[in-house]
Amino acid sequence: MTDVSDVNVGIIRFPGTNCDRDIEYAVNLVGANSKYIYWSESDLSNLDVVIIPGGFSYGDYLRAGAIAGITPIINAIKDFAKQNNPVLGICNGAQILGEIDLVPGVFIENENAKFICESKKLKVNTTRTPFTKLYKKNDVIDLPIAHKEGRYYTDNLEELYDNDQIVLTFEDGNPNGSMDAITGVCNNEGNVVAVMPHPERAVEDLLRSKDGLKFFESFLD
Amino acid sequence: MQYNVEVRTSLKKGMLNPEASTIEKALALLNFEVENTKTINIIQFSLNAENKEEALAQVDEMCQKLLCNPVIHDYEINISEE
Repeated sequence: MTDVSDVNVGIIRFPGTNCDRDIEYAVNLVGANSKYIYWSESDLSNLDVVIIPGGFSYGDYLRAGAIAGITPIINAIKDFAKQNNPVLGICNGAQILGEIDLVPGVFIENENAKFICESKKLKVNTTRTPFTKLYKKNDVIDLPIAHKEGRYYTDNLEELYDNDQIVLTFEDGNPNGSMDAITGVCNNEGNVVAVMPHPERAVEDLLRSKDGLKFFESFLD
Repeated sequence: MQYNVEVRTSLKKGMLNPEASTIEKALALLNFEVENTKTINIIQFSLNAENKEEALAQVDEMCQKLLCNPVIHDYEINISEE
């Protein structure tokens, strides 16, 4: 990945995905190529990075991310991840990664049952992932959250600490009741990252924060 | 043989259920004092299978793969002959 313009990012689209164009914008802003991949496809060859955007895939029926989690593209994403390629799920994308067990735990209904849409201070807990390596450990960044099902829950919290799998935590309070204020996790290998906040909505000054830009610059590094 | 299937899914015991606590608070606004409120999702369908055991095995697989998330849900399957 030496020449930025040679980096190809696949953006996955399900019925109900709605942050796909924001991701495309952010990916192109850092100089990488983007390509939309649909739920019914199964070929991720020639891609360097896969991003699963936010939205309300399949109307959040059954559970947020559940139905997206059994579509044909998922097996391809699992293979892609197994080959240690970078995979990022944002918001509904994070919920999907939890549903398909590519990251530990799940994101479920907020403690106060409200849709929360606001900017939040977040701590970057690990820089070992392909999406956070340009941050410094314990950096505090400003990113928007926009979700009703973002409460992180796992039945094995210790494992996250033991393996350095916590990516982002809320810095001021815990708006959705997540375990230990966790709002971003990665798999054991670190190449699959699931975050509820939206780095793609914080990539230039016009958006009030560009703290999310390094998520996209990091995988070019 | 055709079977009628009902799957009931609910959050595991002890897990916070924001929908249930919101309903409980709303009932209190109407002066109904209730406790231990739960919400349970019911999914019904009919299914062809050789016998009841095979039907049960299929529905259990559906629960594991899609209808539930075993990390957070308990489920109950009821099968009856049509």
